Amino acid sequence: MSKERIQISEALYDIMPSDYQDLVKSATYGKDDRGWKDIGTSKELIEQHSLCAGCPESMAFRYILASLPNPEDTVMVGSTGCTSLVFPMVAVHNIHSLFGNQNAIASGLKRALSVRFPGRVKDVVVLAGDGATVDIGLDMTLQAWFRQEKFTTICFDNELYANTGGQESGLMQKGFVAKMAPVGKLFDKVRLPEIARESGCHYVVNCTVSKPSLVEKVIRNAVHIAREIGPTYLQLYTPCILEIGKNSMEGLQEMRDSEKPTERFAYKEYISDPAKQLLAELAAKDKERKAAAKQLAAQAQAN
Amino acid sequence: MSDYRVLPGPEHFLPPAAASMGVRLPNPGEAHINGVITSEENAYEEAARQFLMANVPTIFPGPLVLWAWNEKAAKKATAIRHLFNTLKECVQPNQKPMLIPMPDYRPKYPKINPEIEINPNHPNLTIWHNKIDCCVFIGVHCHQANLSLKIIRGGTSCYTIAMCAQAGHEDAMLSFRDASVDKIMRLADTIKRLKGTVRPRLTPVKNAVSD
Repeated sequence: MSKERIQISEALYDIMPSDYQDLVKSATYGKDDRGWKDIGTSKELIEQHSLCAGCPESMAFRYILASLPNPEDTVMVGSTGCTSLVFPMVAVHNIHSLFGNQNAIASGLKRALSVRFPGRVKDVVVLAGDGATVDIGLDMTLQAWFRQEKFTTICFDNELYANTGGQESGLMQKGFVAKMAPVGKLFDKVRLPEIARESGCHYVVNCTVSKPSLVEKVIRNAVHIAREIGPTYLQLYTPCILEIGKNSMEGLQEMRDSEKPTERFAYKEYISDPAKQLLAELAAKDKERKAAAKQLAAQAQAN
Repeated sequence: MSDYRVLPGPEHFLPPAAASMGVRLPNPGEAHINGVITSEENAYEEAARQFLMANVPTIFPGPLVLWAWNEKAAKKATAIRHLFNTLKECVQPNQKPMLIPMPDYRPKYPKINPEIEINPNHPNLTIWHNKIDCCVFIGVHCHQANLSLKIIRGGTSCYTIAMCAQAGHEDAMLSFRDASVDKIMRLADTIKRLKGTVRPRLTPVKNAVSD
């Protein structure tokens, strides 16, 4: 496993900044059941970031990085946007692509990794904003799905171009007035989850990041299905509190309000039949593993 | 041969790449000083002299040696620690040798802590903050070393040395090539040999007063 290579040279250990030392000592690389509950008890794979105070995107980042099933063998592909300010602080291999190119880069990367490391599981996860996924990069996004490329696409949907001042994006809701879109959006939010399903994605989820356990579940499902079957797509609502006129503390409530049954981020999930079968198999294996661990613990206690 | 000389700066905001000015890399067994090809022997002497002369001689180990990704890397790290210990033993009390890592190549936002690390995208911050007037890069990937060396030459008057494991660096004021554990140890030996024969600078160099 490559995580065994993540060791600091002993002779220079003391001069390494403490965040790197902590990553080696107490990060959850290689842990089977890693998840959001590790946050606070182990070193997270994200160091200080430069997102705004209270930004839901930072929550999403923390949950996603805590939930990736195989972080030491995962490469994330980012694109231009607020997310690109965070990647320098992330302890997972990552590539910054040109604006909109992320799914094309990920396609080549996934194929190259399969050739270079035929015997090893290497996951590729695209993480980009709605501008990169739906507007500028829609061609690359769709073509990767049509080709059944085996990687996960995550869209951080904040419904506008946030770090350039609030321009209209394809995922903006109809009628919304933003700082740089004063007329209000004239047409509907692009229905990308439905388009993803029709384009061949085997697992599609539309939700907010208000519930860490839900984020963990969908991330794990998406990565496992992409690894074995084909493309998967997650659209996560990460509102830009600045651009929608909220305070730092109001991001969570905004997400809760937007996930009500009649709202645009009501939980929506699509799973293809082969993916359903795979998830059932994985659940059975997980159950077996937990039972074996429980038995082992009981035996150890008895001895 | 080019007339251009790779000298301590500040040259200007965007100094030219030394290669574009006709400076060429040394052949195996050679080194260069200020862009002029010379023997390795001369380079060891000059590097040792620069270290012993500097107010804040500093070693910048990069990821190729900070991480024990193979046995050779771990050995190089041990040799670098030996070089640093030798330097500490050989300088005078008013000189302040430093060992500062370059653990990451990615630009760090909102800022790096220049007391504990150097970043290739803004190496001048660490140089200025610590008033470093002589440094050596070891175990830094060539592209990132070139980037750093050029920025340092552009904005500071720090004397730069590259202990490169490949073909060397034109943008350093002094560059070795094919760096190995033996070469690092030999540099340490030369410093030890010249101990007491080189007078440290009495006045701060230009970059030390740039703040």
